[in-house]
Amino acid sequence: MQSLSNRAKKLEAKPMTLAERAYLPAIFQGLSITMRHFFRAATKKQVTVRYPEEKRPFSPIFRGLHVLKRDEQGRERCTACGLCAVACPAEAITMVAGERKKGEENLYREEKYAVSYEVNMLRCIFCGLCEEACPKAAVYLQPDKMAPPRFERDEFIYGKDRLVEPVDPSARSIRGIQLTPEQAQTLSQRLAH
Amino acid sequence: MAQARGQKPKTKSQKPTMIELPTLGWQSIVILVVFGVSLLIATYCTYAERVIAAFLQDRVGPDRAGPFGLLQPLADAVKLFTKEEFFPAGANRALFVLGPCLAMITALMSSAVIPFGNVIQFGTNVFNLQGIEVNIGMLWVFGIVSLGVYGVMIGGWASNNKFSLLGAIRAGSQNISYELAMGMSLIAVLMISGTLSLREITLQQSVAGEWHFWNIVKQPLGFIIFLVCAFAETNRTPFDLPECETELVGGYHTEYSSMKMGLYLFAEYVNVFVASAVMSVLYFGGFNFPFQYELRDWLVSAQGWELVSAQNLISILGLLLLFGKIFAFIFFFMWVRWTLPRFRYDQLMRLGWTILIPLAIFNILLTGGLILGGIIK
Repeated sequence: MQSLSNRAKKLEAKPMTLAERAYLPAIFQGLSITMRHFFRAATKKQVTVRYPEEKRPFSPIFRGLHVLKRDEQGRERCTACGLCAVACPAEAITMVAGERKKGEENLYREEKYAVSYEVNMLRCIFCGLCEEACPKAAVYLQPDKMAPPRFERDEFIYGKDRLVEPVDPSARSIRGIQLTPEQAQTLSQRLAH
Repeated sequence: MAQARGQKPKTKSQKPTMIELPTLGWQSIVILVVFGVSLLIATYCTYAERVIAAFLQDRVGPDRAGPFGLLQPLADAVKLFTKEEFFPAGANRALFVLGPCLAMITALMSSAVIPFGNVIQFGTNVFNLQGIEVNIGMLWVFGIVSLGVYGVMIGGWASNNKFSLLGAIRAGSQNISYELAMGMSLIAVLMISGTLSLREITLQQSVAGEWHFWNIVKQPLGFIIFLVCAFAETNRTPFDLPECETELVGGYHTEYSSMKMGLYLFAEYVNVFVASAVMSVLYFGGFNFPFQYELRDWLVSAQGWELVSAQNLISILGLLLLFGKIFAFIFFFMWVRWTLPRFRYDQLMRLGWTILIPLAIFNILLTGGLILGGIIK
């Protein structure tokens, strides 16, 4: 057959030399290689990650579980505009909008807010388009959390109870709007009163 | 009779400090200890094999059960005991049960004649650290090991499964082929030692007051042949054709489950232990270690020990060192297993019949010539 690249090497089976036929040199070579690996594993380098105790670090740009952010005063940022649901290629996001009542100004930043906001984690492809679409910087994919495995399908539909970030600033995810330490401190003082 | 029975306590009470242990009683204790130790070592071989395999592949190995996973064999045993006892349709039930039992019994029996240590002396009683001292020790090991193949053959045949039968046939032909070369490499050792007793062979490898070498120095070629054959006899990689997973599912134990499977796996490790012990005894001086007589004499002359207690200490040190040698061999078995790929069946037979047996015969001739020439004795 004509070689296309002219890089093909012609190989022919040579008769084995005595050393090769005796197997033993090759065997000792192999044994020395495995022994080197044995000592390497025994002393330092093991590739195993002991999972529950030890976790492989996520990439800083990893897109994991969604979070609905709060602003500097602890109010929900989401205004239920629906742009994220429109942007979502997997149609994983549904929401119901509602009007903010009087006296709820410390809960919701805008006059309109999401009464319910659900993400179906089985549909979601974690592309991050919702994050890009959001005009209020409300929805983000966290770089350090994943949707854990569950036994039931409906447990994968995450409502606001699991999506809105905790009120306590120190428990919040690092992605998205990051409070300065001073802001975080004043916020936690305000919440304590 | 009644009188004699009545008299017995009297004679004992006359000398209360003297411990009278009849030879039979001592031997049964030793046998039980040897069985227990063999089983314990076999148990921890399963753990060691997995850890060594892991380390050779840059992994960690089992480390969940207990500290460093040391309770893993226990967990395995619980798993095996609680598995379903399965009998394949059309299997010969009696033989199906007999197979693993036979494999286990023969594996354990061969450890009875191995001299694990020199004599231990209490007062006037001298005890061998050995199950049975017989003058045909090596023949006993060979006979029992050859019987061991029946366990595999019967188990494979009784399973009523083609894979099992193929594995069993392979085991049979492989063991017969390699036993020949093994026996012939042994003949060269026997020509030097002039005895079949394993204790005698051990003692001859170290004589007080003169330079004496272990048999490995006199029989390097014989040792290599013996080693290769030992791998084949214990069905270990690269000769694990009777159970090779890639071709025969599980070979002769394809149809086995639960503890019957466990017995087969255990028997393999006991066989590895016995093979390691035999190789240590035949070629690596058994319970001897360099400068043991010098150490004994130094203890007696410089430290003022009694000769008996010094000798006992040497015996115990020798016992520990023999186990060190055995563990080194077991490690070697595992090291090779995770290094070499399996032989093809025709390669296996060619190696056995056209290379090892002629080499063994050549070794016999060479040894004979060297003995005649007075170079080795």
